[in-house]
Amino acid sequence: MELLGYIFQQCINGLQLGAVYALIALGYTMVYGVLRLINFAHGDIFMLGAFIAYYLLSRFTLPIYVVFVLTMICTALAGYIIEKVAYKPLRNAPKISLLITAVGVSLFLEYFLSLKAVFTPNYIAFPRPFEVEAFDLSLFTITNVQLIIFSITGVSLGLLYLLVYKTKQGTAMRAVSYDKEIASLMGINIDATVSLTFIVGASLAGVGGILYGIAYPQINVFMGVMPGIKSFIAAVLGGIGIIHGAVLGGFIIGLSEVFVSAFLSSTFRDGVIFVILFLVLLLKPTGIFGKRIDKV
Amino acid sequence: MNALEVEGLEKSFGGVKAVDGISFVVEEGKTVGIIGPNGAGKTTVFNLITGFYRVDRGRILFYGKNITRTQPYKLPHLGIARTFQNLRLFSNLSVFENVLSAILKKDGYNVVSSVFRTADYFMKEGKAEKKARELIEFFQLSGKENYPANNLPYGEQRRLEIARALALQPKILLVDEPGAGMNPREVQDLLQTLREVKERFSLSIVIIEHQMGLVMNISDKVVVMDFGEKIMEGTPGEVKKDKRVIEAYLGEEFI
Amino acid sequence: MNFFWEARKVILLSVLIYLSVKAIFFFGYVSQYIEQITLYALIVILASLGLNVIYGYTGQFSLGHAAFYGIGAYVSAYLTKIFSIENIFAYIPILFISGAAAGLIGYLIGIPILRLRDDFLAIATLGFGTLVRVLLDNSDKFSEVFGGSRGFVGIPRLTTFELAFVIVIFLILITHNLIYSRYGLFWRCIKNDELASASIGINTFSMKLMAFTYGCFLAGIGGALYANLYTFLHPSNFDILKSIDFLIIVIVGGMGSIAGTIYAGLIWVGFIEGLRIVLPAEVVDLRWVFIPLLLIALMMWKPYGLMTKSRN
Ligand SMILES: Nc1ncnc2c1ncn2[C@@H]1O[C@H](COP(=O)(O)OP(=O)(O)O)[C@@H](O)[C@H]1O
Ligand SMILES: [Mg+2]
Repeated sequence: MELLGYIFQQCINGLQLGAVYALIALGYTMVYGVLRLINFAHGDIFMLGAFIAYYLLSRFTLPIYVVFVLTMICTALAGYIIEKVAYKPLRNAPKISLLITAVGVSLFLEYFLSLKAVFTPNYIAFPRPFEVEAFDLSLFTITNVQLIIFSITGVSLGLLYLLVYKTKQGTAMRAVSYDKEIASLMGINIDATVSLTFIVGASLAGVGGILYGIAYPQINVFMGVMPGIKSFIAAVLGGIGIIHGAVLGGFIIGLSEVFVSAFLSSTFRDGVIFVILFLVLLLKPTGIFGKRIDKV
Repeated sequence: MNALEVEGLEKSFGGVKAVDGISFVVEEGKTVGIIGPNGAGKTTVFNLITGFYRVDRGRILFYGKNITRTQPYKLPHLGIARTFQNLRLFSNLSVFENVLSAILKKDGYNVVSSVFRTADYFMKEGKAEKKARELIEFFQLSGKENYPANNLPYGEQRRLEIARALALQPKILLVDEPGAGMNPREVQDLLQTLREVKERFSLSIVIIEHQMGLVMNISDKVVVMDFGEKIMEGTPGEVKKDKRVIEAYLGEEFI
Repeated sequence: MNFFWEARKVILLSVLIYLSVKAIFFFGYVSQYIEQITLYALIVILASLGLNVIYGYTGQFSLGHAAFYGIGAYVSAYLTKIFSIENIFAYIPILFISGAAAGLIGYLIGIPILRLRDDFLAIATLGFGTLVRVLLDNSDKFSEVFGGSRGFVGIPRLTTFELAFVIVIFLILITHNLIYSRYGLFWRCIKNDELASASIGINTFSMKLMAFTYGCFLAGIGGALYANLYTFLHPSNFDILKSIDFLIIVIVGGMGSIAGTIYAGLIWVGFIEGLRIVLPAEVVDLRWVFIPLLLIALMMWKPYGLMTKSRN
């Protein structure tokens, strides 16, 4: 009975982490869909989200929903600018040039913010906007933080679903993802669609950043690196370019990480995720929901 | 003796049958043309023979040996060489290196010889370079040895690709639309070159071509494909008169 | 032997360089510190040359090169320490064992990941690099000697200028001979077009594996020389930033150029270490703000990469 409770508890914790990964993974998968680019800087947008929220919460006493909206606007803007300045000039360049640029953007953001004159390389405490309360449900406990994470993730996913499947812009996104040339022949504005994809992806990462800050209230300019890589792995696991794949992948990665920490050792937490990556790349490189295509 | 036998070849892409039960035979030393409208499945047949696509069903025999589902890189060693419809040269390598790579693949030395520059290294390199120059001359590319391949005009790139394939000393050569994008004069030149190639290298050839004139001129036998199926097979004279062939080409420009 | 006859110019040049460097050291124009940096530059050149074989020549992008450098370093540190090696002649086999260890691991990891292309290969190599970093951080759990995240201390100092110089020149010559042989040609074919390479009979997978293994071997030897030069190792010396260092040297030097890698390696080490001498530490920390910008600028300037030279 005790073990069962422990397992349930770890599930809740894993879902909490998985929700954040899912929010980040969506941005990776959507950008990969439209540009075939692994946007290495995406993990840093997530970090920016946490830092902007930190700034808003510690300098101004704003209501939490205003913090969410402002943070999303700021990260969306950051995503938009990064795409326009760094990626767009290389739209027709070889993939690796684009990838190296993305790595460059990521390192720049991290090390620029880590300068003492700008911010700090150290960990700082994230001001939680409310006290943590735990609700005992006999088998396991759930905290208000977790409830908030689950509900905000749920709302975000719902809105994303409506955007992607019920609007003209969403249809354009899916068309560009499917085949950029055909989409362009159909009169879809590729530039606008790519920009929109970055904006949406970056706002979701911003939300992820705030939620992460609330859940694990220690932030640092390098905090986006590991969650970024893990979320990308989540996107690959679910099938890169596939939206529901990213969500499922995020939860699987979150749960695996928590379970490895709980039952093996937290030392191997990161290692296991990379083992998952190698297994996916070996056994089914197109991921859970992906389909195989031959090309000559 | 049959150089190549294809029996009941099938391949689908996501439910669409691109090749649907194709069979034909290439006798040693003969030239077979494959014609058919765009999307008929001609290139797919080549990709199946050369192992770039996995065969769904059917068999491919090369001099009686079953080569179905053999990995692409093994086929040149058996004596099968090909060119690609969309030109696949080593575009940043020189003309010379494009040909040399194939020769050194066919007849090379080992790692130890490379590292320690043994006599074998110098002998094989010397032989290969000599042969590369001969081939380049034969394909009228002399003087352009050191040009990067992608700096050549289109027609010359097509010739270089054939030169590279022949550098493997194949028994059979598969060429996919060698005349695509060429003007009529270049096509005539190509035709002449292919005839000479056949004589000089004593080859069997399978040629896919969109321009009927070219195929009819050079082929001993023509296979006509439409919607993944073989709709007929015969001598160029027979094919030209056939009603089904004319129907398949209706709406296409009929040269 | 042909090997030496072919290499006569390089060997002559090396002897001249050696003598002039020695003369400069001898007349005391430079400090111990500069001597150390010169050695370090040789090591960095060797490891970068390995990445150049993998990426510059064969086109297989790797973001995990520092991991193989680290494997070589830790293997050599471990062996020289537990066997208390003091003699240079006992050290040379260990150097090659360390390189071989890195090469072997490169070979084993290459089997699954070299089937991947471009960005997926990048992620897989990055993943491997991170994995190695995690293992090094926890290495004290396997044996106290490794020191885990506290670092590996008390490694015998065995890397001398003579040794590093001879080993690096020798390996550069071997690399040169490989590259200007059919193998190097096949590597460049693969970089240009894998399908076309297969169509002329190149077993692309085994050729990529060969390039990757050899490149990792070079990195491993570099790492070993590094370990026995600085006598202290820390897992953070082998993270992604180190991989990026190597990548920049390969790109700046012109992908697929041996001389380019040598110049770029010298300039890079000279530049970074030079900054340390003239500027205060806080300003030197700025380098990771400028290096990424340099990387981005390079990509914008020449998005198609600085292409491989032809052999004629
Ligand atoms: N890799 C592929 N994936 C999906 N469909 C393909 C692929 N290759 C060919 N096809 C399809 O197979 C059919 C035949 O193509 P192809 O063999 O290129 O025709 P042809 O060479 O006669 O013009 C076409 O409908 C084409 O779209
Ligand atoms: Mg075709």
